[in-house]
Amino acid sequence: MSVRNHDNPGETDVAIIGGGLVGMSLAYGLLRQGKRVTVFDEGDQALRASRGNFGLVWVQGKGDTCPEYARLSRLSARLWPELAASLQQDTGIDIELRQQGGLYICLEQDALRQRAEMLARMQQQAGGDYPFEVLSAAQARAKEPALGSDIAGATWSPMDGHLNPLLLLNALHQAFAARGGRLINGRPVQRIQPRRGGGFDVQLSDTRLWANQLVLAAGLGNKALAPQLGLHAPVEPNRGQVLITERLRPFISYPTGHVRQTGEGTVQLGDSKEDVGLDTGTTAEEIGKIAARAIRMYPALEKVRLIRAWGALRVMTPDGYPIYQQSAQYPGAYVVTCHSGVTLGAVHAGPLVDWLLGKDIDISLEAFSADRFPL
Amino acid sequence: MQTDSPFNRLATATADTVTIEIDGRPFNAREGDSVAAALLAAGCIPSRTTPVSGSPRAPYCMMGVCFECLVEVDGLANVQGCMVQVAEGMKVRRQSGAREMTVGDFHEAV
Repeated sequence: MSVRNHDNPGETDVAIIGGGLVGMSLAYGLLRQGKRVTVFDEGDQALRASRGNFGLVWVQGKGDTCPEYARLSRLSARLWPELAASLQQDTGIDIELRQQGGLYICLEQDALRQRAEMLARMQQQAGGDYPFEVLSAAQARAKEPALGSDIAGATWSPMDGHLNPLLLLNALHQAFAARGGRLINGRPVQRIQPRRGGGFDVQLSDTRLWANQLVLAAGLGNKALAPQLGLHAPVEPNRGQVLITERLRPFISYPTGHVRQTGEGTVQLGDSKEDVGLDTGTTAEEIGKIAARAIRMYPALEKVRLIRAWGALRVMTPDGYPIYQQSAQYPGAYVVTCHSGVTLGAVHAGPLVDWLLGKDIDISLEAFSADRFPL
Repeated sequence: MQTDSPFNRLATATADTVTIEIDGRPFNAREGDSVAAALLAAGCIPSRTTPVSGSPRAPYCMMGVCFECLVEVDGLANVQGCMVQVAEGMKVRRQSGAREMTVGDFHEAV
């Protein structure tokens, strides 16, 4: 592997603001295309959605009101095996990517019927190429014997999967360093100044760096940074609480939207959604709800210990879909933000990097312009 | 069944005997022993292997902090051995790797 050094420490081809999954996926893709990349990562006071997420590589039901997003999610799931293999080759880290399908458990018949109708509409929109099945409770239990009897059923899709998001973030950072990327952390970016004649000056407290291109991938931080570059990123936090059990021998085969067993044996329970500002805490009330729902789905969990819980903030746009946009006022400046940094990671490391480099790509990103939101 | 344990009883200690089972074999523990102390006295080292790397472990802090002494007690896995006192007839089993969800867990819970 060739390690590219920055011969001039004062400049870089692409500066990325944000060292989470979105920023690092872009950075890794750019390094693979021979660019010099500098990532600015704020430090441990940052909100860090990438350190608290659930780890699904999920397709079914995503983008029901936005076919472009449905296509993007599916494309990324298809691209994931190559990215995982590349990271393993660079770092030796197995990110535990498993794409053997996923279940979405519905507790009530109404919810199952509505979900089945939604997936049927999406299948029609995709011209029939959108595999899923609707399973009765008995059929779901035949596929996943750990499921209990007090469920309405499930939808199943072979498109879904999961991975270990912490191993992924670690692998991206290690691969980034090994390929000669430069990480500047612990020092928040104070100002970004477009330079006359092109490029951008990134101002830190003690130093300044010039970048030919600049990408905002700072999650919730994009909201304040975007206007400096003529961009618009109306993102808001949405808290999810996550519970972790003691390690267990594998007894859950497929990930679901609410419960998955990790490669190292813990079971992760989650999917709460709360608007609580920038509060990353946990509450007994939500933890109780999450645990009760998980036990109804997988009754054996009643006898399992919880060992950890946390809150993390999703990065949500008003419609939940990503923003991918180049600044009209300052070409070369981009905003890239979404709440699915895991699922979309392979698109970010691949086609999105081609887009940043001005190459032709066979997907349309017009639907992801922030112009869809009022200023 | 005092085996080749590196841990010895103090000669001055007097306590009634409590017979427990460790991996199906009887062991005479003393009243007031924690399960972890009984495991050490019985020479049952390592007392478990870890779930991810399979590395050997034994009771260490003896005060509920380090979680190294996790052991199955009367069918319940991942019990902190140092926080439970022995009782007559108690069945202790050493753990190998991660806790297994047994058929009993499913049926009882359902």
